[in-house]
Amino acid sequence: MVFTFAAFCYMLALLLTAALIFFAIWHIIAFDELKTDYKNPMDQCNTLNPLVLPEYLIHAFFCVMFLCAAEWLTLGLNMPLLAYHIWRYMSRPMMSGPGLYDPTTIMNADILAYCQKEGWCKLAFYLLAFFYYLYGMIYVLVSS
Amino acid sequence: MQVPSGYGLHHQNYIAPSGHYSQGPGKMTSLPLDSQCGDYYSGLYTVPTQNVVSPSTANQQPGAQQMYSRVPPAPHIVGSTLGSFQCAASSASHLHTSASQPYSSFVNHYNSPAVYSANSSVASQGFPSTCGHYAMSTVSNAAYPSVSYPSVPAGDPYGQMFTSQNAPPVRPAKDNSFSGQNTAISHPSSLPPPPSQQQHQQQSLAEYNTPSWSSAPGLPTQDSLKRNNTGSLAIANNNSANTVADCLSCPVIQNVHPPKSSPAVSTVLSGASSTRMPPAANHPVEPAASVTQPSELLQQKGIDSSSTTSSASPVPNSYDALEGGSYPDMLSSAASSPAPEPTPDPDPGPAPASTPVAPQPSKMAKPFGYGYPILQPGYQNATAPLNSGVQPSSTVYSGFQQYPQQYPGMNQLSSSLGGLSLQSSPQPESLRPINLTQERNILPVTPVLAPVPNLNLELKKLNCSPDSFRCTLTNIPQTQALLNKAKLPLGLLLHPFRDLTQLPVITSNTIVRCRSCRTYINPFVSFIDQRRWKCNLCYRVNDVPEEFMYNPLTRSYGEPHKRPEVQNSTVEFIASSDYMLRPPQPAVYLFVLDVSHNAVEAGYLTVLSQSLLENLDKLPGDSRTRIGFMTFDSTIHFYNLQEGLSQPQMLIVSDVDDVFLPTPDSLLVNLYESKELIKDLLNALPNMFTNTRETHSALGPALQAAFKLMSPTGGRVSVFQTQLPSLGAGLLQSREDPNQRSSTKVVQHLGPATDFYKKLALDCSGQQTAVDLFLLSSQYSDLASLACMSKYSAGCIYYYPSFHCAHNPSQAEKLQKDLKRYLTRKIGFEAVMRIRCTKGLSMHTFHGNFFVRSTDLLSLANINPDAGFAVQLSIEESLTDTSLVCFQTALLYTSSKGERRIRVHTLCLPVVSSLADVYAGVDVQAAICLLANMAVDRSVSSSLSDARDALVNAVVDSLSAYGSTISNLQHSALIAPSSLKLFPLYVLALLKQKAFRTGTSTRLDDRVYAMCQIKSQPLVHLMKMIHPNLYRIDRLTDEGAVHVNDRVVPQPPLQKLSAEKLTREGAFLMDCGSAFYIWIGKGCDNNFIEDVLGCPNFASIPQKMTYLPELDTLSSERARSFITWLRDGRPLSPILHVVKDESPAKTEFFQHLIEDRTEAAFSYYEFLLHVQQQICK
Repeated sequence: MVFTFAAFCYMLALLLTAALIFFAIWHIIAFDELKTDYKNPMDQCNTLNPLVLPEYLIHAFFCVMFLCAAEWLTLGLNMPLLAYHIWRYMSRPMMSGPGLYDPTTIMNADILAYCQKEGWCKLAFYLLAFFYYLYGMIYVLVSS
Repeated sequence: MQVPSGYGLHHQNYIAPSGHYSQGPGKMTSLPLDSQCGDYYSGLYTVPTQNVVSPSTANQQPGAQQMYSRVPPAPHIVGSTLGSFQCAASSASHLHTSASQPYSSFVNHYNSPAVYSANSSVASQGFPSTCGHYAMSTVSNAAYPSVSYPSVPAGDPYGQMFTSQNAPPVRPAKDNSFSGQNTAISHPSSLPPPPSQQQHQQQSLAEYNTPSWSSAPGLPTQDSLKRNNTGSLAIANNNSANTVADCLSCPVIQNVHPPKSSPAVSTVLSGASSTRMPPAANHPVEPAASVTQPSELLQQKGIDSSSTTSSASPVPNSYDALEGGSYPDMLSSAASSPAPEPTPDPDPGPAPASTPVAPQPSKMAKPFGYGYPILQPGYQNATAPLNSGVQPSSTVYSGFQQYPQQYPGMNQLSSSLGGLSLQSSPQPESLRPINLTQERNILPVTPVLAPVPNLNLELKKLNCSPDSFRCTLTNIPQTQALLNKAKLPLGLLLHPFRDLTQLPVITSNTIVRCRSCRTYINPFVSFIDQRRWKCNLCYRVNDVPEEFMYNPLTRSYGEPHKRPEVQNSTVEFIASSDYMLRPPQPAVYLFVLDVSHNAVEAGYLTVLSQSLLENLDKLPGDSRTRIGFMTFDSTIHFYNLQEGLSQPQMLIVSDVDDVFLPTPDSLLVNLYESKELIKDLLNALPNMFTNTRETHSALGPALQAAFKLMSPTGGRVSVFQTQLPSLGAGLLQSREDPNQRSSTKVVQHLGPATDFYKKLALDCSGQQTAVDLFLLSSQYSDLASLACMSKYSAGCIYYYPSFHCAHNPSQAEKLQKDLKRYLTRKIGFEAVMRIRCTKGLSMHTFHGNFFVRSTDLLSLANINPDAGFAVQLSIEESLTDTSLVCFQTALLYTSSKGERRIRVHTLCLPVVSSLADVYAGVDVQAAICLLANMAVDRSVSSSLSDARDALVNAVVDSLSAYGSTISNLQHSALIAPSSLKLFPLYVLALLKQKAFRTGTSTRLDDRVYAMCQIKSQPLVHLMKMIHPNLYRIDRLTDEGAVHVNDRVVPQPPLQKLSAEKLTREGAFLMDCGSAFYIWIGKGCDNNFIEDVLGCPNFASIPQKMTYLPELDTLSSERARSFITWLRDGRPLSPILHVVKDESPAKTEFFQHLIEDRTEAAFSYYEFLLHVQQQICK
């Protein structure tokens, strides 16, 4: 049982994924608040927008780590999400600051529904990933 | 019959007030009112009912006189009599009558008291003045005070109409529209100066009198009541009595603007035109709208008669009213019904004729004494969900009763449309299948009217005017699946702040709202018993507050259903401090003017200063009104106008990167205290910068400064810009590639280049500041980016391409006219609008200029009467357990007088379960406008070609979906239901509209402006933009003409938009909404050219002619009165272009002939074939 770089990656990913899970939950709550009129879309966008890039960067970061650790399968599992993030950020509405959400369109039912769905999907993905990383970590630790 | 009775009643009411007016009995006779009234009426009436006119006027006159003569004690003279008022009142009364029986019933009621009073006190005097007719009536009164004799006089004229009624294939629903028209017409003309207000008061008085009987003029109670009506006088009685008074007055009352300072006043006049007419039984047509549409008028004859019918049974009604059952109409509608015909009625004849073919037994059954008849039958179904959806439909459909008469031939089709649950009536006209490819003249010769929801008569009458509130489907599908099957867009089109001539304004301590969903109480709620009402949106059962229980009409408790909130689907509440986050703001206006070289060269400053000087006193506002000016080029100039200075002081801030306010206090000054300084500044402004060499424009910093200036109060910022902003924050680059203007592929840059303006707009919106943009540029100015400042702050956008004061006089004239309207129109500040709908439906997307603050709440820093909105809806839960759905918009705003007000519109629509019914209820114009809005969104978020495809697909999908519902008709043909027959034409028109066309050279700014227009224009104006109206005007005749303000307005038939209709011998007028084109054919009759254009022959017509000379010839007069009539009531005053057949300007004209083929686009027929091909695929 040797503490390899791969094992380190998995541990790191485990921690970061836990953080991402909180991000996802935060998103879901935020959009739910929007939908139920608890929050002003402007405030909500102002709180959500700064979180978008950190989330994407964290995910991109451990993707790079897995690349370095040559964990191809794990990397492959994460590639779709990485691609999605890149696409999503490229096609964001015209805005000067960082972020994705435009307070003038966020209340549009289509966009709101989309964002909510996105939040749930990501939550599911991160949860599965969390357990996968746990498994991966143990597997790496045990096998090496 | 109803109408007449109603009228009669009203008259009485009025009479009572007149008494007030005159105060002294002796005066009464001398009062000019009588004559005026007479004129007034005649004017009104003549218009709609051409034939009938004379009799009606005669009758009515007497009625009017009576009213006046009858003066009950009018202790209180309400303050100033507004001249306009009377008109309004009278018009209102008309409306009333037609619409709501309940009112008429009131009247009757009250009449009796009035009569008494008259007899006792002044009666004798009053009568002499009245006509011979009246003698009779008076007698009758005396004898049968309670009897509604007043109805009689009115009845005569109507009776005549009646007979004619059936002939025209008019839908019954429109009956009332007629009355609406009258109002509208009357409105513009401020005919009778007599103060209508007083009349209102009188009404109320009269009513009040009733109880008291003696009604001596000085009674304190009466006074208080009256004061409500008068408003200004108001003695702020907030007690229920006041509210009651309001109620009473409501129907009749219109609110005029007279600047009344008293907040407590119950009746307020909103100057605007009337949308909501309670009266319109079926569905009141908006006056203004109706005016524009000549055809309507014709049709309305028939309608009127029908409306009359409704009022037929005055006596029982009044009785009913007493009992609490307020819907006399029902009785009347069932002609044969036991409802005792008013014996006193001189014209019983018309009544029977008018009675709807299919009596509704259920209604009839209702006994007079019946305690709680309040619920409309349709409604009852709704409230009792247990009746499966099927049953309700039958009731609902009763609306169609009259169809059989009109479309007798339709029976054979009904079998194929089994889904239609029309009871004993053949399928409605709207479902008649039409083979589009074979129907050569698809466009009707008369303007298209909004379809009337298929509700029962009472609900129809109560329903909101289609001018304020329209739904794309007047039959709401039960489930989203059904909606998807129909492939039609579901949404609402709103014009919430329209100018209304008549609007009940309610002051009361408690505004009754549902406790769970906060819906305002409205005509479509149901009263479970006297103490409880059931919300029609969320179905919660609420208590009726004590204050609301009191019915001032009868001075008794237990008649909450008689209150104006429950009798009118459009009402305005004066809100209490609960509805304020801060004290109501004053009206604040800031003008931000571009004075760079480009702007000075264009010369708009002269026009602006002139307009401002002329309208300075008419700016809406109270004594707190504030105004300020800023100019900018590469620096920003502020003007210190503080009172006490000898001349305006200019303060220059040159640091555009970090703007600050040189002095915080004196830049926005009180309009009245500093008026001289303001005038000095305006006089100096046009010449101040004549020698400027500065070409830069620091728009962004100027806006930031404006925001800082406005943020403490909020208000309106008007920005005049003439070029691309080139300095400081928000600077823009030219993005347009002129070579791509006619590209058929990709149109780029429809979205903003920066979010600076959007953010600024959101900040402004948060501080209750709206930014209105006037873009007067000769070159590309990136409207797509600049428009954001108005879009999200609820401002408006005006665009004058290639504006130049001297070189382009037509644009200068347009600017001047637009400014006049812009400066003087009503304005509401710090507004929010909430749209609620029945549980199960939900708002999907909003279109318009605003910021969406939550799922159903729009934040509108300013609201103006020319703003329209659209809402897409989705059906989230099945609506199977209800037969009606309701939509309610509530617009909370601060009026320019510093009052917090809530304007509430409620629309009620039936729910249907079959596809055929859904198609039967399509409002094609509303659908097109909603589609246009959606297409704008699509072209910005995706691409223009996507949007165009989506438009074509909308036609293809809906027609193929319809095709699959009719099994036994040939599938090869392109079949559309009659309700959708114009759909392909309108979509083609949209595809050829500037906003969406490709292949034709279109400047980017023009395109973007067209898109902005689509998003923010109300439906009436938008439809003209999409599909202009074409008339032939070289042979105008008085045949079918309408009378407006003593003017005869010819009503030429609509021509289809095709060159095939243009003959070289003719002259044609095209009404595009924002422009009029008169095309003169080469071979046009010289007489016409000479008489109308003032030129000897075709060759001598100047190339740029923008007006018609005032010649004293018949044809000139007709042409001018027609054009003036078309122009009335447009937010953007159209500019007239006279286009010769050979002039280069004719392309402008021909591009609007949308049925013709162009190099880049289909002709109408080709488009149909294309659609057919797509369907068959």
